[in-house]
Amino acid sequence: MKNILMTGLAATALVIAGCKGGDKVPAKASTKSETTKTATKRAEKAEIRVVGSSTVYPFSTKVAQEYKNKTGQNVVVESTGSGGGHKLFCEGTGATTPNMTNSSRRQKKSEFDKCGSNGVSDIIEVKVGFDGIVLANALDGTQMDLSSKQIFQAFAKEVPTSDTDCTLKANPYKKWSDIDASLPAATIEAYGPPPTSGTRDAFVEVAMEGGAKKFACLKDLRAQDKSAFKKVSHNIREDGKWIDAGENDNAIVNTLVNTPTALGIFGFSFLDQNGDKIKGANVDGIEPTFENIAAGDYAISRSLFFYIKKAHVADNPGIRDFALEFTADEAWGPGGYLEEIGLVPLPDAERAKYRAAVENLTPYSQ
Amino acid sequence: MPTSDSIHASEFALKRLKKRHAKERRFKAFGLLAIGIAVMALFWLLSTVLGNGLNAFIQHDMTMDVELTESVLDPSGVRDPDELRKSNYRRIIQNSLYERFPDVTDRKAKRQLFDVISSSGAPNLIRQMVYNNPDLVGQTLTIRVPTSDDVDQLLKGNISRDVSEDRRKISDQQITWVDALVETGEIKSRFNTGFFTNTDSRDAELAGIGGSFIGSLMTLLVTACLAIPIGIGAAIWLDEFAPKNRFVDFIEININNLAAVPSIIFGVLGLAIFINFIGMPRSAPIVGGLVLGLRALPTVIIATRATLMAVPQSIRDGALSIGASHIQAVFHHKVPQAGPGILTGSIIAMAQALGETAPLLMIGMVNFNTEIPNGITDSATVLPVQIFMWAGNAERAWVEKTSAGIIVLLLVLLLINGFAIWLRNRLEKRW
Repeated sequence: MKNILMTGLAATALVIAGCKGGDKVPAKASTKSETTKTATKRAEKAEIRVVGSSTVYPFSTKVAQEYKNKTGQNVVVESTGSGGGHKLFCEGTGATTPNMTNSSRRQKKSEFDKCGSNGVSDIIEVKVGFDGIVLANALDGTQMDLSSKQIFQAFAKEVPTSDTDCTLKANPYKKWSDIDASLPAATIEAYGPPPTSGTRDAFVEVAMEGGAKKFACLKDLRAQDKSAFKKVSHNIREDGKWIDAGENDNAIVNTLVNTPTALGIFGFSFLDQNGDKIKGANVDGIEPTFENIAAGDYAISRSLFFYIKKAHVADNPGIRDFALEFTADEAWGPGGYLEEIGLVPLPDAERAKYRAAVENLTPYSQ
Repeated sequence: MPTSDSIHASEFALKRLKKRHAKERRFKAFGLLAIGIAVMALFWLLSTVLGNGLNAFIQHDMTMDVELTESVLDPSGVRDPDELRKSNYRRIIQNSLYERFPDVTDRKAKRQLFDVISSSGAPNLIRQMVYNNPDLVGQTLTIRVPTSDDVDQLLKGNISRDVSEDRRKISDQQITWVDALVETGEIKSRFNTGFFTNTDSRDAELAGIGGSFIGSLMTLLVTACLAIPIGIGAAIWLDEFAPKNRFVDFIEININNLAAVPSIIFGVLGLAIFINFIGMPRSAPIVGGLVLGLRALPTVIIATRATLMAVPQSIRDGALSIGASHIQAVFHHKVPQAGPGILTGSIIAMAQALGETAPLLMIGMVNFNTEIPNGITDSATVLPVQIFMWAGNAERAWVEKTSAGIIVLLLVLLLINGFAIWLRNRLEKRW
C-alpha cells in the first residue's frame, strides 16, 4: 500500500517537475549562452523567416547556413511549396508573417494582387538561377532519346488521333515502340512527382504543353481556347503507366535501379548526385547537362526566385544582408557554393540586374 | 459406458471429429503465418535501417595544420570579432591544402583538392575559433576537420570505385589523394560525436540531431504539462463524479472518437487556433506541444479510465463504510491503487507524441534551423520531422543520416516503452 501511494506521489511529482522544468528551460539556456560570445550576440538579433518552394529550399538553406556562420543571425527556412509560400508571405506585414518566400515559378498576378490588398505592396523580386527537370533511367538500361512530342504521347491521358484530327482518344500506347519504331520495345512506365509538387507543375507546363504544341491541331486549339488546350496537355494518364511516386526522389532513384525499363522524373540535382546509378534521357536531342541547362538549350527547365518583403527590412536589416549573401558571386555565381549543390547560375547580365535590385531594395511590379 | 458403436464413434462422428481437428490445425497454421509475416516485416525494417544507418555513427576526418595568416584574415590588424567573422577562411584552408600537395597547380585540380574536406565545415571551424579568440590570428593551429560527405561515402564503400569517373561524384585524382592521406594517417575514422551535438546543416557531414532532439524534449514537456494533468483529472471526474446522463455519455463517445481522429486534423486545428487566432509564433515548441497535447489527451483519458475501472469496487466501498468522504475514498484509496497503470498509460501517450510528424507539418515545425532552441517560444524542429526532411535531400550521404536518425528515435522509443513496462511489472497489483 505504501509502495503504491509512493507511485501516485511520484507520478504527480513527475508531472509537476516536468512543468516547472518547462518554465525553467529558457532561463537555464540563457545563462549558459552567456559563456560564449557567439551565443550572446545571437540573442540580440531577431531571426529571419523564409518560407516557400521545396526546390529552392536546398539552396536557401545552404545560404542560411553560410550567413549564420558569418553573422550569427539565425535564418529559419520552411519548405511549404511555392503556392503555400506566397500565401503565407502575402498574409500581411505583421511580425509573425515571413520575411521572404522562395518560389520555383514567378509570382502569379493573383498572388501579387493579394499581397497588395494585404498591405504587402513593396516586394523585391530576385531570380536566382535555373533548374532542369530530367527523365532518367537506370545506368544499365537503354539510353532514351525522346522528343517533347513523344513525351506528351507517352504520358497524356488523351491524345489526338492524328496531327490534323484533334478528336481525342484514350492514350493507346503501351510500349515506347508503339509511339515510334525507333524507341525501345519496352513498356511505358514512369515514376513521377505527384500533383502537389512544383516539379509536376513545371513538368506539365513545360514538357507536356511543349509536346502538345507539336500537334498542329492542338496548336490551333491553343490559339483559340487556351483553357481547353491546357485541359488536354495537363492531363496525365491514370492507367498505371505513370505512377505518382511521392515527394521522395531518393526512393525513385532506388526504384529505377531495380527496374531498368522504368523512367523517373525529378529535378536535375538528383541526376547530378546519382550519376553512378542513373542516366538522363535526351530531350529533343539535347543531353540534360549543367551546361545545356545553363545555356537554355535543354527544353525542360524553369527559373527559381525569391521575394523579399521590403516593409520588414527596416526593422531587421539582416534580411537585406542575407539576400546580399545569396546574390554574392561566391554563392550564386559560376563556381560558387550554390553551383556545387546543383543550382544552374544565371547569365552575368541578369545576375547584375537582380543584385542591384537587392542592393537598392527596388520593388518590382507585374 | 459408450460402446464402440455409440454416436461418438460412428462413421459420421469420426468424420466430423476429423473436420474439427483440421479446422484447429488450419487456424494454428494461419496464426503462425500471421506471426511469421509480422516478424519478417519487423526484421526487414530493422535490418534495412541498421544496415543503412550504423555507418553514420562513424565519420572520417582529416588532421591538418593551418596557418592563420594575418594578411588574409585581418589586414587592418584591428581584431574586431565581427569583422573577423566575415574574413576569408576558405583561403586559409585552401592555402594549407596547397602546401600539403605542392605539385597541384591547375585551377580545376585545386578545386577538387579543396572538395576533399568539408568545404563549409572546415572554414567555419576556424571562423568560430577566431571569433571567440581573436588572438589566434597569426598562429598555426592543428585542427581536425570532417572530410566531405563524398569522401566519407567513398571510404565507407557507398560510392563505387569501379564505375567510370564521369559517373561518380569523386574523381580518380581525388581518390588518389584520399588514399594517400589514409595511408599517412591524416584521414582517420572516428566516432561521430557531431551527429549528436550538431544542429541541422545543408552539408551531410556536418548535420546532426542536436537541435531537433532538444526541440523534441521541449515539445514533449509542453505536451506532458497539458495532457497528463488534464487527462487524469478528466478521467477521474468521468469515472467517479460525472452524473449518469446523456450529455456525459455523449462526451464519452466523443473522447473515444477523438482518439481515432487522424493526427493531421489536430495540426489544422492548431494552425487555426493557436497561430492564426491567438497569434502564437510559428514553428515554436509551445504550439507543437499544445497540438500534440490535444492529440495525446484522449489516449491519457482512456488509459486512466481503464485502470480506474480495474480497481475493485470493494476498496472504495470499504473506505466509504468507515466514514471516508467520497473525495477521500477516491483520492486516498482508488487513485493510488490505479497509480502504476495511469503512469504507464501517460508514458506511452508521450512516446506516441514523440513519434508524431503529421500535425507538426501544419504549424511550421518542418523547417531548416541551425540553432538549438533556447526556449519553448523559439523556432525549433523535432526528431521525426528532422528524419523526414533528411530523407528528401539529394546527396548520397543523407541516406545513412536518415537511417541513423531513425535508429536514435527507435532507441528512445524503446527506452520509454521499456521503462513503462518495467514500472508496470514492478508496481502493478493484480486483483
